[in-house]
Amino acid sequence: MKRTISFTLNGEPIELEMEPHLTLLQLLREGLGLTGTKEGCGMGECGACTVLLDGKTVNSCIFPAMEADGKSVTTIEGLTDVQGNLHPIQKAFIEYGAVQCGFCTPGMVLSAKALLDENPKPTEEEIRGGIAGNLCRCTGYLQIVQAIKAVSGQ
Amino acid sequence: MGGFMEEFVNVGKRIPKLDAEEKVTGKAIYIHDLKVPGMLHGKILYSPYPHAKIVSMDTSKAEKLPGVKAVLTGYNIPPIKFGVYKDNVPLKAKKVCSMRDEVAAVAATDPDIAEEALNLIKVEYEILPALFDPEEAMKEGAPLIHEEHVGGKEKKPTNVLNLPWRLVAGDVEEARKSSAYVAEDRFKVTWVAHCCLGTSGCLAQFDMKNNLTMYSITQIPSLAQRDYMEALAAMGLKDKKVRVIKTVIGGGFGSKLDTYAFEYIAILLAHKARKPVKILFSREEEFFATSPRQPAIIDIAQGCAKDGTLTFRDIRMILDNGAYTSWGATTPSVMMMPISSLYKVPNVRYVAKCVYTNNTYSQAMRGYGNPQATFAIDSQIDILAEMAGIDPLDFRMRNANTPGEVTPQNFKINTCGLRECIDVVAQKLDWRQNRGRRDGRGIGMASMIHVGGGARVYKSDGCGTIIKVDDFGTVNVITGATDMGQGSETVIAQIVAEELGVRIEDVVVTHTDTDICPWDVGAHASRTTFVAGNSAKGAAKKVKDQLLEVAAKSLGESPENLDIRDRTVFSKKDPEKKSPLGKVLRAAHYTAGGSMVMAENFYDPANENLDREFKGNLSVTYAYGTHGVEVEVDKETGQVEILKYIAAHDVGKAINPMLLEGQVYGGATMGIGYALTERLILKDGEVMNPNFLDYKMLTAKDVPNIETVVIETNDPFGPFGAKGIGEPGSVPTAPAIANAIYDAVGVRMKDLPITPEKVLAALKEKANPK
Repeated sequence: MKRTISFTLNGEPIELEMEPHLTLLQLLREGLGLTGTKEGCGMGECGACTVLLDGKTVNSCIFPAMEADGKSVTTIEGLTDVQGNLHPIQKAFIEYGAVQCGFCTPGMVLSAKALLDENPKPTEEEIRGGIAGNLCRCTGYLQIVQAIKAVSGQ
Repeated sequence: MGGFMEEFVNVGKRIPKLDAEEKVTGKAIYIHDLKVPGMLHGKILYSPYPHAKIVSMDTSKAEKLPGVKAVLTGYNIPPIKFGVYKDNVPLKAKKVCSMRDEVAAVAATDPDIAEEALNLIKVEYEILPALFDPEEAMKEGAPLIHEEHVGGKEKKPTNVLNLPWRLVAGDVEEARKSSAYVAEDRFKVTWVAHCCLGTSGCLAQFDMKNNLTMYSITQIPSLAQRDYMEALAAMGLKDKKVRVIKTVIGGGFGSKLDTYAFEYIAILLAHKARKPVKILFSREEEFFATSPRQPAIIDIAQGCAKDGTLTFRDIRMILDNGAYTSWGATTPSVMMMPISSLYKVPNVRYVAKCVYTNNTYSQAMRGYGNPQATFAIDSQIDILAEMAGIDPLDFRMRNANTPGEVTPQNFKINTCGLRECIDVVAQKLDWRQNRGRRDGRGIGMASMIHVGGGARVYKSDGCGTIIKVDDFGTVNVITGATDMGQGSETVIAQIVAEELGVRIEDVVVTHTDTDICPWDVGAHASRTTFVAGNSAKGAAKKVKDQLLEVAAKSLGESPENLDIRDRTVFSKKDPEKKSPLGKVLRAAHYTAGGSMVMAENFYDPANENLDREFKGNLSVTYAYGTHGVEVEVDKETGQVEILKYIAAHDVGKAINPMLLEGQVYGGATMGIGYALTERLILKDGEVMNPNFLDYKMLTAKDVPNIETVVIETNDPFGPFGAKGIGEPGSVPTAPAIANAIYDAVGVRMKDLPITPEKVLAALKEKANPK
């Protein structure tokens, strides 16, 4: 039996009916056609499905969509501003070579955002810890860390 | 534009990857995101046993499930044989030989329905004795994995494949007798997984006339096209066309260099259901049903004279071929490269046997056998150096390859920055000061050779490029090359922009469709910058010549006196005599009797196929490098911490230093995982750790700060001097780390990965030798 859920998605209020067993990832990708958030493992281990819930990172592949009710969800699609300008983190990722195949990138960018929103001047160790839940096979992480450092103005 | 001393505008610059913007915004479409109208979802039923006869299969219940549109088994598909040894079929009918054997497949309107349908398929098996050890599988009387397979001179049934891997140069027996020191050791390397973040998948779609479009993540679009056409022929669709369209690829590293059973299954399901069928692998399937790096049991002996000059290298390998044959069985042809040509060694003998077992089977993976062989070779170099009482740094310098050398495999080394690489690594590690402390901290190094200018593995090593320029100066570069994240489209754009005198933003690179793009043999052997780059450069030169011919008329100058820079054609004698590029372009065709500015260029490097003795100049140039590591070994826990990591590479010329660093960081990180933490654990043929919790990939917290050193030897044959860099970063990591561990605590690790448990066991053994 479908249930109603209402939450804020990328700054806009949204209300819809859904099957209650859906994960947040399924709701975003299949229900809403927002394919920027990726499924890398389906078990909450790789971070490719990372979205922000009230500003904190969650692995949407194992997060029940119903739990987003009344909350605010940010996906990668919500990072550009209304004029379509890139977020400084996105710009830095481009400039520092932090993107290769790009599959981990949406999750990685959101983890970086959550980190910097809470800790605007992180140490290198804190940066590495902030993205430790996001696996990347292409870059070896170093250029991602450099990009995040650059955004933090350090 | 010639001359390496000139200022380049686009080459050598840290230009961001052209498709980075669509990736950071989540707009890039991967196979996971692709939808076509009427699409069905395909799922595969795998064997529950490593070795069994299929007695019967009943799919009647599955077929009746609402939403199911097609069910296939080995009983009702046409005979499609695939793989380099043609020993694999998409769905098995008589027996299963591994736990990743595909037994049945379903296409349904919904992935959950497809999954449910799999559970309704009844298969009856008769279990057979299984083999998991290639040395056991080689023995007389061992159960046969493929009963019809015969081999050897007497053509007897055997699990040993009929592969010709044998390389001999000089006289190893004589050299051994005359050597002052001889080291003999066994090294073992096991399966590791590619771990692409994007799992595998494809979408097969037939049109009304039974022509096939495959949406794919292949690294070999032209060769895959050929494989699919062979499949169609077996399906009675011999003259039908195949179009391969690539989506954005979520990681390659060699995993997409072969075609897989699931691709043929998608094609068969799509044909049966008369609807497009998409198959997407779960992460679990990605671990157990795709093909990992080739394992090897390596018996190696090397010898040297009293002064440390290498005399011989004698290697025997046993390769676990698994149940079917993919590129893993051809890794010996690449292992021959470091065996014959890493350091100067005049006498070489190498024999490799590939043996069927009921384990998983292996594919290409970054380095393609080179990391495996180099682990054994360059670890043993340190062992030999110690026997001879010579510092391993001096030992390597004494035997280092040099430009102009012809190796025992007849490789013609032109540029070679090996000495420079060894030297800079030694400096940065403060080698003389830090070596030999044995106090828990140690330093080590290892070197590598890889092909750097293409590799003639097939009859062609070519790549085609078409360039067309429009009225406004937009340069469309249509290349056969594949970008899988490494940045080939960006490097190609830089090369074209440089050659043509336009800006990087004027260049658009198309590389995704076999209906549009010219032929290319594939993104392998680190060949793309070199081959696709040279191809694009040649096409750009032809376009430039056309433009200068046209401009010559309007500027009243002969074409040899003209050049193009920053979208302007100008006279070299009098730079004020100039014309904007757009004007020249419109003058070319927008006139009576005009012609378009377009050119094509198929570049096939002047390298050679290996002959029957596996000798020949496989590549036009070779990439060299050295990695240096400082480690700290915790004697209580066995943990190895990397304190310093230096990766020095002879790259010819860094077309894009930022993307190049990305290749070295990424390759080295993969290599560090290979050395210390990664292992696909198989027990009785079953993958025990098909997830990221139990398969230990490095995270952002684990990777050390890697310092890259770029040595530019300006290769005369590379585009603007460049050589390949995609694989080299992954090649010398394990021996460099193993050598550093030995320096730190005096234990020699010969079995990868070097886990804390193994280090502790080795330390214990050293303290109390049995």
